[in-house]
Amino acid sequence: MASPDLSGVHRGIVRDAIGIGVATGAYALSFGAISTTAGLSLLQTCALSALMFTGASQFALVAVVGAGGSVWAGATTAALLGSRNALYGLRLASLLDARGWKRPAASHFVIDETTAMAIARDTAPMSRYAFWATGFSVFAFWNLGTLIGALATHALPDPKVLGFDAAPPAAFLALLAPRIRAREPLAIAVASGLVAVLLLPFVPAGVPLLVVALLVALYGLSRRPG
Amino acid sequence: MMWAGVLAASAVCYGFKLAGLSLPQRWLEDPRIQRTVPIIPIALLAALVATQTFSTGRHLVLDARATALLVAVIAVILRAPFLVVVAAAAATAALLRLV
Repeated sequence: MASPDLSGVHRGIVRDAIGIGVATGAYALSFGAISTTAGLSLLQTCALSALMFTGASQFALVAVVGAGGSVWAGATTAALLGSRNALYGLRLASLLDARGWKRPAASHFVIDETTAMAIARDTAPMSRYAFWATGFSVFAFWNLGTLIGALATHALPDPKVLGFDAAPPAAFLALLAPRIRAREPLAIAVASGLVAVLLLPFVPAGVPLLVVALLVALYGLSRRPG
Repeated sequence: MMWAGVLAASAVCYGFKLAGLSLPQRWLEDPRIQRTVPIIPIALLAALVATQTFSTGRHLVLDARATALLVAVIAVILRAPFLVVVAAAAATAALLRLV
């Protein structure tokens, strides 16, 4: 059915999807390691990658717990970070046109990588193909990487000696960097970091994050359209 | 308790994804939502970088993690891959504690 041209495009998409999968799998290694160091069990670590399946939120939950915050402070931070996926869903809704059982299935795959791959295509069928190919690839490598990272860290006597406590800030910085290439986002980032550190001695662990989220939400909602 | 938090947060994150595909488009296209939602991750990630680097429990501290973050900043500016950024920071902290 497919013309040679079309199957060439498909092959290119699959190649890109596998490339993105391998890259996120490598990043999942560090998630598995950080989660285990924070004190989550192997099963809890793998459950996060399988069920939550959105990287920044997973890192946030385990980092808050690892720093001595309550699991609920971590869970709330994770949920707030997950809110951006709703906007990705908005951009994908018309492209995917997922109806019936496909919609709940597609929803699980609505993340940064699948959105970027889908909206970069010229036609809706190609967008759908890219979305599902990237979704399956990233899901497979993400969960595999998490398992390997967690198992490897379980085998270590004391992960902190290896500097694993310095890993979460670097992970968050790497996730933050592509979002602060303009002046306003950079200013928001600097102000948020400062407010969080200044609040820290006075409130329970994890709470500075929630205060910062609330402040920035109020700022966003009150700002005049620019 | 850990399990309850893991499952509840996973459910909420899934809910946001499903909502994006399901809610009437004009709700999410509201300019205030469009302006506000993208800056929430910026604020939270920046706050996580700061608190995870400069605190132990509720005490502000300056230790090997600050140097590790500096190395991570350089790696990010050089556009190093994710795992390289994280590994460079961890290695820096480990080395500083050795000497």
